[in-house]
Amino acid sequence: MLELFLDKYNYWIVIVLMLFGLYIVISRGNLVKKLVGLNVFQTSVFLFYISLAKAEGGTAPILTGKTELFSNPLPHVLILTAIVVGIATTALGLALVVRIQETYNTIEEDELEDLNVAVMKGEQDRIPGAEGEAR
Amino acid sequence: MGSGLVNVAVDISLMTLLAVTAIGIIRSRHLFATAMLSGIYSLISAALFVTLDAVDVAFTEAAVGAGISTVLMLGAMTLTRRSEKHAVKLHIGPILVCLAVGAALIYGTVEMPPFGSTEAAGFKHIVPEYIAGSRDDIQVPNIVTSILASYRGFDTLGETAVIFTAGIGVWFLIGRRRREDEEDEKKTETPGDRA
Amino acid sequence: MRHHLILRVVSKLLIPFILLYALYVQFHGDYGPGGGFQAGVIFGAAFVLYALIYGVETAQKAFPASWLAILVPLGLLIFGGTGVASLLLGGTYLDYDVLAATPTGGQHLGIIVVEFGVGVTVTGVIIAIFFAYAGRTDDIQDDDW
Repeated sequence: MLELFLDKYNYWIVIVLMLFGLYIVISRGNLVKKLVGLNVFQTSVFLFYISLAKAEGGTAPILTGKTELFSNPLPHVLILTAIVVGIATTALGLALVVRIQETYNTIEEDELEDLNVAVMKGEQDRIPGAEGEAR
Repeated sequence: MGSGLVNVAVDISLMTLLAVTAIGIIRSRHLFATAMLSGIYSLISAALFVTLDAVDVAFTEAAVGAGISTVLMLGAMTLTRRSEKHAVKLHIGPILVCLAVGAALIYGTVEMPPFGSTEAAGFKHIVPEYIAGSRDDIQVPNIVTSILASYRGFDTLGETAVIFTAGIGVWFLIGRRRREDEEDEKKTETPGDRA
Repeated sequence: MRHHLILRVVSKLLIPFILLYALYVQFHGDYGPGGGFQAGVIFGAAFVLYALIYGVETAQKAFPASWLAILVPLGLLIFGGTGVASLLLGGTYLDYDVLAATPTGGQHLGIIVVEFGVGVTVTGVIIAIFFAYAGRTDDIQDDDW
């Protein structure tokens, strides 16, 4: 049992961290909070990849002429670029949230849903942005 | 074996800190606290990347996650709201979904190679070639750099294009000033022009 | 944050070193940890720090927003152009072997140029994103928190 734990503990904790992120994304209605949850989820996936790359007794993948056992550099490359792409896409998501706030004056999912229902029913006067669009 | 146990202890304590930070993010209703906690989360995971021998990744995570992304979150927060509208309470549905996903993922780890094993498929396939090539053909000591720029150049070109596209997207979405602001300015300008 | 004397003095002292460190990370990426992605983020972070402390308008005097329209595509063009150059010299796309007299020299040259392109684009995008957010709001006042 202890052996199984020592073999797999890293993956298991990372999975728990992923679930925290997933929970935030599903359960919270605030769009900024959802993006924070997505970030937590994303960072945990990065940890999972890097855990896979770890070599017991190895060193960082930089050639010094001494050791011959390195951690797997390929996941490092993938995650390195993924981090920077992640921040760029997060910025894009936050920009969309800012536009939603400016147009509808709310970033809560349920209120946006109410507005959507209002649009479906044709209650134009309930929509804050509609007045500006009509002008 | 002694150092192995120390490694396990350091790993587990850092991951516990990560879990505590994540719970803090879940429980907090104030977006300012959330943004700060997510910066802390990134910084701790950067420390964890160092213990897992991924120095390049740790470097990037520390600069991006703890630096830039916190600034962006705060910027977005000043443009929207400071706190969530609804109180934080536990939702049964999402918890069940998370438990189901977690059970499936943990079931998936059973067949995985043990943590730290060099017998894993990832170490056998093409990586030895990259390491030897980096030493003999390219002669760049940092293997990550040689894979990033040379062996996987197409990947990196694509990633750069994604960053470029995201930057352009943000600029088009919120880079220019609000329409009402510009209209206000026009209104104030017009009488002045006539005079 | 105009009246935080300590922040102003410390950041003024730090910013040149941050910029220099970014250049070190950029061009030492072959030998140690680092490369275009990290260097771009650090270089951009220096300007973000400057803009946070001294205000966005002062920062835009140091780094006009119109430069971004050149910098952001330029990096990608440097990257793509390296590939075209290697095509024209008789290799395949992004095959750096043909760029210099020896394959090893060509690889070194190609990696440096490509990483530089990545660094330029990432710097530009980080600064552009920050200016986009900061340009929407007035400077953050202390009592806003």
